[in-house]
Order: sequence, then C-alpha cells, then structure tokens
Amino acid sequence: MAAGEFTRPALTGAVFAVRELRFWLTDYRRTWRGSIYSSLLNPLLFLGAMGLGLGSLINARGDTAIGGVSYLTFLAPGLLAATAMTTAVGESTYPVLASVKWVKTYQAATASPLRPADIFHGHMLFVALRLTMNCAIFLAVSAILGAVQSPPWGALASLPVAVLTGITFNAVIEAWAITRARDTSFAVIFRFGMIPLFLFSGTFFPITQLPAWLRPIAYLTPLWHGVALCRSLSLGTATLGGALIHVGYLAGLAAIGVAAGNRTYRRRLYV
Amino acid sequence: MIRARGLVKRFGQFTAVDGIDFELYRGEAFGFLGPNGAGKSSTMRMIGCVSPPSGGELSILGLDPVADGPVIRARLGVVPQEDTLDLELTVRENLLVYGRYFGLSREVIRERTAHLLDFVQLSDRAEDQVEPLSGGMKRRLTIARSLINEPEILLLDEPTTGLDPQARHAVWDRLFRLKQQGVTLILTTHYMDEAEQLCDRLVVMDRGKIAAEGSPPELIERYSTPEVLELRFEPDRHQVAADKLASVPAKRREVLADRILLYVTDGDATLAAVRALGLEPLTSLVRRSTLEDVFLRLTGRRLED
Repeated sequence: MAAGEFTRPALTGAVFAVRELRFWLTDYRRTWRGSIYSSLLNPLLFLGAMGLGLGSLINARGDTAIGGVSYLTFLAPGLLAATAMTTAVGESTYPVLASVKWVKTYQAATASPLRPADIFHGHMLFVALRLTMNCAIFLAVSAILGAVQSPPWGALASLPVAVLTGITFNAVIEAWAITRARDTSFAVIFRFGMIPLFLFSGTFFPITQLPAWLRPIAYLTPLWHGVALCRSLSLGTATLGGALIHVGYLAGLAAIGVAAGNRTYRRRLYV
Repeated sequence: MIRARGLVKRFGQFTAVDGIDFELYRGEAFGFLGPNGAGKSSTMRMIGCVSPPSGGELSILGLDPVADGPVIRARLGVVPQEDTLDLELTVRENLLVYGRYFGLSREVIRERTAHLLDFVQLSDRAEDQVEPLSGGMKRRLTIARSLINEPEILLLDEPTTGLDPQARHAVWDRLFRLKQQGVTLILTTHYMDEAEQLCDRLVVMDRGKIAAEGSPPELIERYSTPEVLELRFEPDRHQVAADKLASVPAKRREVLADRILLYVTDGDATLAAVRALGLEPLTSLVRRSTLEDVFLRLTGRRLED
C-alpha cells in the first residue's frame, strides 16, 4: 500500500534530513516574526553601545592596536562570529531537549522512515538556515551603521565563515545536548562556556592584549578562529594560509561534532 | 507478517523481554496483555524498529528490523504510549508534518487528512491548535496520524490508558472499524476488557515472558471456569470465612485482600451452598470468567495493581 511512495535506492540520508528540515520550517512559521526582531535588535544594541559609544573613547586614543581602523569597523566582524556562536548555542540546547523530552517530536519522527542521524542532520540544516538569516541581518545592520568598509566583498566573504563558526558550535553542542536528562547544565554552558568565549576570544579586543599565558588558550577556542577569519576578511588582511587553518580547524571540529552526534542521537532515540 | 523466536531485550542488568516467541498473521488483531513492567512496550518498540533486540530473532514483513528499519517503518503505523503530537501546531499541521516524514506529497496528505479527520471525528477541529484538545481527542488524532501512510500494520501501545470510559469507547469503536477494514492491529494493554473486545488472539505476558497464548475465549476456557462467585465479608470475618469456604466444592479458590473468588461452573448453586454453611457475605456477585481471572491463575497476581 503505502510503500508505493518509496523506491528503495532513493532512501538516502539527504532526502530524510530534508524531511526533518521541513518539519522545523513548519514549526518556525509560528515564531519567525519574533525571532527577526531579536536578530535586528541584537546588532543594533551591541554595535551602538560598544561600537559607537565605547568606540568613540577608543578611537580618541589611537587605532594602532586594532589595525588602523575605527573601533566600530574592528568590532563588527568579531561580533558577527560571536553572534553566530550565540545563535547556534541557543538553537542547540533547549530546542533539542524539548524535541526529545518535553514535546517528543523526535520520537514522533523515529516512527517514520527517518533514522536518528537523519533527525540530527535535519535539525542541523535548520540551524544553518537560521544562522545564515541572523548573520545576514547582522551584516545589513553593520552596513547601515557604517561598520562595513567599501567595497563590501570582504564583509560578504565573512558571512559563510560566520555561518561555519555557528555550525561548528551547533554540531558539538547538539551532540552533547541530546545526552542530557535535564536542562540544568545548559545554564552552566551559557555562563561558563559561552560568555567567557564571547568576552575573551578577540571579539572586543585583540587577544594580543591578553596576558601571554592566556593567549594559547584563546588560540584553541573555535570562536577565536571564527573571529580572526571574519575580521581579516572584512578588513582585507586575510592570507590564504591563515584562512585555510581557520576553516580547517572549524570544519574539523564540526566533523567531530557530527560524528559524535550520529552516535549520541542513536543512543538516545533507539533505546 | 511478524515472527519472533527467543526474542530478548536487556537494559544493562535488567531483562525486560526474556526470550519470547510469537507469530502474527495478516488481518488479525493481536494483543500483548500484562501488567505494567511485563515487557509489552519493550516488545512493541522492537517491532517498531526503534529498539534493537538484545538477542533472538525478529522478522517483520520478512525484513530485518535493524538493517531495514526505514523500509519497515514506512509500512507501519505507530500509536505510542505517550502522545508525541506537536502541541503548538494545528490538528491539520500535525498530519502534514507527519505525512512529510513519509515523503508524501502535499496533495496526497491533504486528501488523506480530510478522510482521516472524518474517520476520527475531528474534522471540525482541523484548524485548531492541539494543546487544548482533550485527552481522548489527542489519542484519536494520534491514531489518525499513524494512518497517514496507510500502514499495513498498526502498533498501538496502551491505546486507551488514561482516558475516561466514554473516550475509551470512542477509541475502541475506531479500532474495531480499522480491524473490519483489514488493517493488522497489534496492541498492548493492561485492561482485560480492552483485550477481550479487540483481540482475536493474544499472549499473556508477565515479567518478560509469555505465560499463555490463545483467543480470549480459549484462554478463559483453558485457565478458568465458566463462572466466578465473588464474595466479600467484613474484614474481621474475612479469614474465618475463607477457612470455612474450603469445604464448598470449587475448582479453585483465590483469597484476595478484599474478596474471595470461587471458580465454579454454577455460581448461583455455589452461593446457595455457601449460605447453607451459615455464612452470609456482605456482598456477593456471580459473573462470567474474564481474562483477569486467567491472569490471576497464571501469575498469582492481578492485572491492574
């Protein structure tokens, strides 16, 4: 009867992942308006207060430490990568536990042909779309506030890098979040993981300003790689070697996250 | 359609399903009857290909549930024990989202949604959000959703647990119609009336094992007597009465905490014999044997405790 809709060889992971993505898109139709407001407000507040406000003090003291540009221009690409991180962490924590524990939409999907890995990848596709949306809005706001140098090619090139930074966080955190029985550890991740990264990964000041013993730690964080590459692309100082290292680091970590998530999703959903 | 041999499911040290055998044929309604923790849901999850067996053999539609999970699941409908509806979406959107998991086109889903909602009597709620629906309505929606892919086998894990009597009857009525339409039903339940109403054949499960198998009348005939006399005495006379009743002829007697059951052929005649002994029960009831009696006989315990 129903098997007519399926031809066996076509049962590929990509097709299944897109089915799960479409579920998330249907769900998102209910909340997209609210999410757009916060996507707009967030860059306005940060770039306004830090970039323009605090920036006016910093610019008055000279711009050599930040590469000879205004503080706003320095800050915007770093904040772009950091925004990708916060978006990704938000989408990878509570929505995952809601799907597996509170509303059980994941369990609903497991009764269909979808496999745990398809469900995981489908959600990742959705998060990738949300990241693209948020980062594009962020760039548009930066451009309006005058934080983007012309021509804007560098800034545009930083968009996929920011999205990749978000995907890396998404893969790793989501692989871990699905193993949680309760949401208590999410607050710990926000407070002791995300906020320190946000503050000390070069978003607001170059990490050369950190004490020498702290710098190696900063170099190891994925956010620093995202910030460094977004910034060098935006300011036109990127080198091919540097870009490859940053992209390689982020993509490698994302691959580890996906591999781990394939296992943890299976463990949680196939009991 | 489904065949299990020595099927085992372990969770760490705990063995939930302990080597069961069963076979299921097209078009029948097959039940797993047993108390909570008997291993019914674990068995259902293995059949639903979302729980790899720890041992034994399991074949579903001639396929292997571990290797061919997606192909098998495309042909199954699942009504899980706990509703997994998306509460923030509407009734219609729930069917849309679910139908897409099966790769159905929007037109096919729209067409099937119309007749499925009609079937479960929810057509007038199609555009409403799911959250405020009653428990019975949510169950019926879950049943409608499980049918979106026109499954050959429908798995129902405790389909009416937690519903009020009226809602239960509404669900039973729909399931009965599905059975008439030739859908193979597999259900778990700890309600003996549900098993008697819906199942052509069932297995009684207890502590991970199958205690007996047959149709409800067969099981009753094999493990019980046609009638049961239930007697209730004042608590302080309960034990004395139980001792005295030993002289009343009965095939079997069960002394429960609150009642004494005598398994006999003629309940009224036995009640007369009890009264002839000078014992006057507080209440007495002559009834037909049920699957509850079968379960009590097989396991020494009651079903719904």
